[in-house]
Amino acid sequence: MIYVEDKNLVIPGQILADDDYYPGRGTFKEDGKICSSLIGLVSLRNKKIRVIPLKSKYVPKKGDVVIGKINDVRFSMWDVDINSPYSGILPAFEVFGRDKKELNKVYDVGDVLFLRVIDVDEVKKAKLGLKGRGLGKFKGGIIVDISPTKVPRLIGKKGSMINMIKNKTNCKIVVGQNGLVWVKGDEDMEQLTREIIHTIEVEAHTSGLTNKIKNKLCLAIDGELPVEETEEEFVLEKPKLQNFKEELEQEEREKAEAEAQIQAENEEIQEAEVEEESADADGEAEAEEEKEAEDKPNFYEVIEELKKKNQTKKDKNLSYSDNSKNNSFILNNR
Amino acid sequence: MSEMIREDGRKYNELRPIKIEAGVLERADGSAYLEVGGNKILVAVYGPRESYIRRLLEPNTGVIRCRYNMAPFSVDDRKRPGPDRRSSEISKITADALRPALMLENYPRSMVDIYIEVIEAEGGTRCAGITAASVALVDAGIPMKDIVVGCAAGKVNDEVVLDLSEVEDKEGQADVPIAIMPRTGEITLLQSDGDLTEEEFQKAIDLAMEGCMKVSELQKEALMKKYSTE
Repeated sequence: MIYVEDKNLVIPGQILADDDYYPGRGTFKEDGKICSSLIGLVSLRNKKIRVIPLKSKYVPKKGDVVIGKINDVRFSMWDVDINSPYSGILPAFEVFGRDKKELNKVYDVGDVLFLRVIDVDEVKKAKLGLKGRGLGKFKGGIIVDISPTKVPRLIGKKGSMINMIKNKTNCKIVVGQNGLVWVKGDEDMEQLTREIIHTIEVEAHTSGLTNKIKNKLCLAIDGELPVEETEEEFVLEKPKLQNFKEELEQEEREKAEAEAQIQAENEEIQEAEVEEESADADGEAEAEEEKEAEDKPNFYEVIEELKKKNQTKKDKNLSYSDNSKNNSFILNNR
Repeated sequence: MSEMIREDGRKYNELRPIKIEAGVLERADGSAYLEVGGNKILVAVYGPRESYIRRLLEPNTGVIRCRYNMAPFSVDDRKRPGPDRRSSEISKITADALRPALMLENYPRSMVDIYIEVIEAEGGTRCAGITAASVALVDAGIPMKDIVVGCAAGKVNDEVVLDLSEVEDKEGQADVPIAIMPRTGEITLLQSDGDLTEEEFQKAIDLAMEGCMKVSELQKEALMKKYSTE
């Protein structure tokens, strides 16, 4: 027996389902009932119930890329604030290798770095490293902080949201998985980007957000709404004219993609980052890098895999709704 | 007998009007504002966060710390600011009442701070503080088994009544504040002040439980209202 639907808002202690479902993250089992332990949205897949929190603190995880601020310089390491209940340490060894240099001449208190979590011990102390492409110190720019749970939403499907903001504002944007976002560009654009990111954070659980943000960006930069309707916009607007069932299908499809996005998120951030940083280093490499990123079929593969995994009715519906939308798009264009 | 109308026009099992709002503060991780009768209470929650008070931290779980504070202007005579015996006691029992509901195993070596500020007081602030604090904890996104809720019952004019006001508390014969986890009905706080027979005590607990359930619905409503998309 299940008592909630997918995407429902639930609160701690609310009973979600009976024994025949599996408790995932954000839930716990008590007396044969699965209950929510968080305020968040239900995510239901293959009899597994999860609750996606609305707010959360970042807990360091091995392999994450994070943005951190140097808090203290010690004898052989830096203390790094990574916007989490746990501080990170960056050992001098990770930066210099076997060389001995003065630490505060390289990174001083207040410097902002892009780092990778290379290890987390049992008391959650995070060991950080700088080995990897694009990792290093940021020069200038501003830091915007959002809830770590909203990071996938800020990036969007296949990076749609973040790339749109980058293109429109001409800002360099780097998203850390700890919910810190680095933005560099014109001063006005930095402020605008900050506003936009906050809007996304507040409205993260609403649908059709990419479109809303797009309109807002166009209005702020070009002074008018986008004139030509792109295909993407059309598809998103269409359900208004259709019956309720299609609206549901649309939501399902969005969800499946969002799931794939979360999986692909890691690589996403990295790649986005590689683009950004290489732009910083030398312009030539940039074009190549972008091309490479486009060629990589990561996201598509992940989506396909996921679809194969859940060969359910849902997915059939999804592809169906896809087709119908494209058809009507063509029809309407005539 | 039980149809008696109380001094402020309530029935024996009637609560004072309650208003709860979640997420009222910008800087805090979680917050709540609660009004019940003449009480006005603001709660801020921070954390889980790093703490430099190392001796308080536990290596296997998170810890909570609670501070209950009354504003100098919260009562008729000016309340001398700063912690006193009463507020230290309430701080402790609030932390103890909330702790069983929290699931902080995933946040070892961290601390959750709860600040309860009584802006205006009119009887029953400890229960109101617990009720508001648990809403603020949920708002902060802290994992919890249940939303703890507090409510008091007592004896006034030889009658067991629900949710004592300040006058009833002072002139009444007994006051029994309780806090429960409404899903399981587990009691996390039980105090008793005054004289009650065994039956009266049982009756007071039953009545307070009933009151807690009603308040619990309002807590849920407040949270749903804050975050539902519509």
